Amino acid sequence: MATKQVYETRPLQCWGKAKEIRRKYYQDYATAHEQGGIRWAGGAWTFGAIPSGLGDDVFSLTSEPYAASIAADKDFSIRCLEAAERAGYARDLCSYMRNYWGSVILDEYLGGGPFPKPDFIWQDHICCSHAKWYQVVCDHEPGIPHYCIDVAVGPAGEINDNKLDYLVGQMHDGIEWLERATGRTYDDGKLIEAVHNECRSTSLWAEVCDLNKAVPAPLEEKTMFSLYVLGTLMKHSKVVADFYEELRDEVKDRVENQIAAIPNERCRLMSDTQPPWGFLGLFRYLESYGAISVGSLYTFGLIGMWEDKSDGSWGPRTTPQQAGVEITDRDRALRVLAEWNLHKPEWQHFYSPHLKTEMMVRIAKEWSLDGVMLHYNRGCEGLSLGIAENRLGLLEAGYPVMTFEGNMGDEREFDLARTKTRIDTFMETLGFKQN
Amino acid sequence: MITAGIDMGAKTIKVVVLRDGEIIGRAVTLAGFESREAAEEAYAAAVSEAGITVDEVERVVATGAGRGYAPHSGADVSEVASDARGVHRLFPAARTVIDVGAEEGRAIRCNEQGKVVDFALNEKCAAGAGAFTEAMSRALEVDIKALGAMSLNSKNAIPMNAQCAVFAESEVVSLLHAKTAKEDIARAVHDAIASRIVSLARKVGFKPDVVLIGGLAHNIGFVDSLQRALECEVLVPDDPEYIGAYGAALAAAEV
Repeated sequence: MATKQVYETRPLQCWGKAKEIRRKYYQDYATAHEQGGIRWAGGAWTFGAIPSGLGDDVFSLTSEPYAASIAADKDFSIRCLEAAERAGYARDLCSYMRNYWGSVILDEYLGGGPFPKPDFIWQDHICCSHAKWYQVVCDHEPGIPHYCIDVAVGPAGEINDNKLDYLVGQMHDGIEWLERATGRTYDDGKLIEAVHNECRSTSLWAEVCDLNKAVPAPLEEKTMFSLYVLGTLMKHSKVVADFYEELRDEVKDRVENQIAAIPNERCRLMSDTQPPWGFLGLFRYLESYGAISVGSLYTFGLIGMWEDKSDGSWGPRTTPQQAGVEITDRDRALRVLAEWNLHKPEWQHFYSPHLKTEMMVRIAKEWSLDGVMLHYNRGCEGLSLGIAENRLGLLEAGYPVMTFEGNMGDEREFDLARTKTRIDTFMETLGFKQN
Repeated sequence: MITAGIDMGAKTIKVVVLRDGEIIGRAVTLAGFESREAAEEAYAAAVSEAGITVDEVERVVATGAGRGYAPHSGADVSEVASDARGVHRLFPAARTVIDVGAEEGRAIRCNEQGKVVDFALNEKCAAGAGAFTEAMSRALEVDIKALGAMSLNSKNAIPMNAQCAVFAESEVVSLLHAKTAKEDIARAVHDAIASRIVSLARKVGFKPDVVLIGGLAHNIGFVDSLQRALECEVLVPDDPEYIGAYGAALAAAEV
């Protein structure tokens, strides 16, 4: 009788450092003024490297990860959601946005104390919710200067000089606006450094995800959620780039020594879109079947930057430094930043679900998956857009797909018991039994 | 070998006892609040009908929403797996199984071996489950058993647009006040459920043969609506509500 292989597993050594970076990030934002600095708010997708040119004492609060943290705190989240509803905002809007608005309306910061009002808002428009998000914030916190960049020039395969000029032009205008809004003199050297950091950190995160092709996988997705999030906070910072380098080295060591994320890996899956943040225990439930979610286009491609490698595989994108590209002035830095971000994998499906399907099928093949779990996420119309189309594409490519309905940020729209039952059925159809 | 399958459904509990794959006993009880006791009752009745003692049952497998509470069970399988197994044994050419029970509707696509290839569940909308017909028969003041035959006498197809069972009930009341024939309303109710179930079937890419099981398969009005909506024949086994328990009993023989 064949015995089931049991892999060695151990906690990540750099886990504590990741938690500390995250804790300090939220604390720095709250205490920015006490430190003599300034603070800005904007989406995790925004071009955060640009405000870095205002100085080292400029601290941000990126809205989606902040709202996801609220969602994980169910009691506070319910109060935020209800506060947004009392203010008249519909329940079917983006649940990140509603959690964030609720925190502003209640004037309560997740880390304690009143909500720290930003000195300016630096946003870009990825989806229709992004376009309205800070307009409403400004209704509730009047007087905050607000700048938005329109990024609607994709997909990556169709970028040309005119489109790039459109985006870079807005960035140039934005820097002049930042100087007026803050009264500070802009430092192009700091911008160039931030652009280098961003390219380094996002390529390194892709390298970490790439290492998860190994069997057994060194990381499972629940852990990856806590690691990729640093990139959503400040991917342009040296702290995050250095951390991802340390993480990459540790994960590489885990692969070389067959240190697994779970001891009983038998079934490899991927998920999609943001998970229901209040119910990450679902990923632990998978483990009772020896199943592991090794990632997703979301965890790989929201922060990770990728490219086709010479052997045909998907791998970490070559950074300008690695390619020997010199960034010597503001325009060059902005052009590199724009082009780099427009190749973000998780950006492409806003233009066509088929682009996303291609990437998902590629992940399924290259990461040796047995199946896919798709979250029909009612909380995010942007990332859920076309997901039913993705399901068909994956099925056509021969990958079994399970879907479950939920909401990344509104626990009232997620049914844990039913979702577990679905997982039971899916595992059964794949031929896996609980331990 | 003597095996048993227990289907711990949301509304009723069904038990099937097999000897070498042939049904020798079966029973059904209302699940109620004490589902384990209800299952014991059904199990004893099925064993009694089989003319055997409890000790003679070699293996028991449970299925259904409450399968974790099933007595005597040594293992369990999902409703999807037990449905597919039971249907495949009775209809080897079946490629799509539709199960509409009291609280849940599901569509399952199988391959030639009866293996589940894909499945879709309706678990958020009561308007796609059997409980909907109960609510509508109350609103129409018609016996639930008569609702199906009544709808076959409909002369006019009228749409029922409400997206949930609660609002559909008020729509029925409005139709009654508008002097709409009960036969037409009955058909509208069945068409509404069928449209929701067909969307599940489309989701799994349904192929004939299509087999309908679950309690609602007794409703000839719903079967008619489903056939029209699918534009193909729908096969219904005898005693369609027992197929889940039957599939579980077959699984018990294979454990």
